[in-house]
Amino acid sequence: MMYNKVVMDHFRNPRNVGTIEDANGVGEVGNPLCGDMMTIYLKIKDERIDDIKFQTFGCGSAIAVSSMLTEIAKGKSLEEAKKITNKDVAEALEGLPKNKLHCSNLGADALQMAIKDYEDRKAGIQRPELKRKDEHEHSHGDTCYCPYCDVEIEEGVTFCEACQHDLKEEH
Amino acid sequence: MKYINLDHISSNPLLPEVKQAMIEAIQHDYHNPSSQHRAGEEAAAALERAREQVAKLINADAPKEIVFTSGGTEADNHAIKGVAMANADRGKHVITTNIEHNAVIRSLRRLKSDGFTVTSLSVDEQGRVRPQDVADAITPETILVSIMHSNNETGTLQPVEEIAAVARAKKILFHTDAVDSVGIMPFDVKKIGADLVSFASNSFYGPTGVGGLYIRRGVKVFPILDGGVQENNKRAGTENLIGIIGMGQAAEIAARDIDRRHAYLKGLKDLFLRELPNHLDEVIINTHPVHSLPHLVSASIRYIEGESVMLMLDDEGIGVSTRSACATGSLRASHVLLSIGLSHADAQGTLVIAFGIDNTESDVTRFLKSLKQVVTTLREISPLYNKAAGRG
Repeated sequence: MMYNKVVMDHFRNPRNVGTIEDANGVGEVGNPLCGDMMTIYLKIKDERIDDIKFQTFGCGSAIAVSSMLTEIAKGKSLEEAKKITNKDVAEALEGLPKNKLHCSNLGADALQMAIKDYEDRKAGIQRPELKRKDEHEHSHGDTCYCPYCDVEIEEGVTFCEACQHDLKEEH
Repeated sequence: MKYINLDHISSNPLLPEVKQAMIEAIQHDYHNPSSQHRAGEEAAAALERAREQVAKLINADAPKEIVFTSGGTEADNHAIKGVAMANADRGKHVITTNIEHNAVIRSLRRLKSDGFTVTSLSVDEQGRVRPQDVADAITPETILVSIMHSNNETGTLQPVEEIAAVARAKKILFHTDAVDSVGIMPFDVKKIGADLVSFASNSFYGPTGVGGLYIRRGVKVFPILDGGVQENNKRAGTENLIGIIGMGQAAEIAARDIDRRHAYLKGLKDLFLRELPNHLDEVIINTHPVHSLPHLVSASIRYIEGESVMLMLDDEGIGVSTRSACATGSLRASHVLLSIGLSHADAQGTLVIAFGIDNTESDVTRFLKSLKQVVTTLREISPLYNKAAGRG
């Protein structure tokens, strides 16, 4: 087995899987092109992570990383959470295979994006990458998004330029 | 709970008769088949008996047309580099496909540094080469066409008889990598019209580390291992006699059982394919519905990743192989899956399921049940499944 016991435990029994309906911070990293995609949902109350959930498309270590990250981040103040790095997550998992360190160890990046999203929303700032969909409840509204990389696409196109995915009639 | 092995493409368990033959060979203390004395002659006789058994399996004209190798990879290297070296004076162009095994792809890459040019043909969405494309790619410089008999990732068979005819008409040699076909389905080198055929013992329930190259009589091929005059001066080095004896035994049983074996494996595969839609939605079958190996299914399960599926099935006591980039050392999507038009995301969820003669229908049923459970779990975790097609 290429993974240690801690990784396998988080892979087999991932903690905090799912979405948060009224999330006030969402962060997304990765792309199906490189094999992994991770979404982090935050419910922040009094500048503290009251709840955190994740969804991940990826290998065993990507799922374990997401799970461990949510455990580390849950209950932390925003200031504490901002200090969490990918390295911290890998260490908490007692190590990941070398070739997986870069491709699947993206959990902390997703968390940082989710915190940034929360802060931007609070400050009333529209995110610079506005065309990326950050609020999932709008994903099937008037605008079409690529189901694979979430970049906004024109209705009826059969190919996503951003992730090179064939779309057929899916959106 | 019985562990179910559904990864019969990576290797196969040894047949009991093969084990027995190899144990006897070890206990016999065979000498070097090249030695001139009585003990050497006895070893040489055992070697030649295995050669006859293998020749019969593929319907070669003469046992002499079989060269024993260390496996399929060496056979591919030998065919390509050996033909190129021996025929470079006639031309320096080779035609192949972009779905070949790395043993072929990288052998050809090596030739490029010796001034050869290589035309690598694309396959259609069903993973097949059009014989007309082969004909169109031929130049006066073409000396070899190397196109696999069956693909190890999709199980799809190539129209090798038509391709061989195209090559023969232009007096061009035709090599086919049949590592995953020989011993699993009826295979006749003469019916195909191949000049060179690579095969491996562990594909048909013989030992690993031994294989062979069929070289039709009269075809000029240089050895790639230089040394002694073993293997009719085509492959130097003292033979792996115990392995070869095991391979011979496996070949004899394969030849005897081939029709039954083919039908049995196909029965398991058909059952799986028939039942799969009742268990899972959104699965792409990459294997040709008609022209494919009897035992192999390549299935891309959308919105999830293959290594995760493999790990969870392993927990359930089921072994499968995945072609996900995450599960390979290179972390790149399979060149074969991209060639047949799969997206990177769909390639990520690709399982290679290869049934074996040790599997039963109840294994297939248990596998389907576990697969459904594992895929459901992983799709609940995936951000893609509910989003796609408006399920979210």
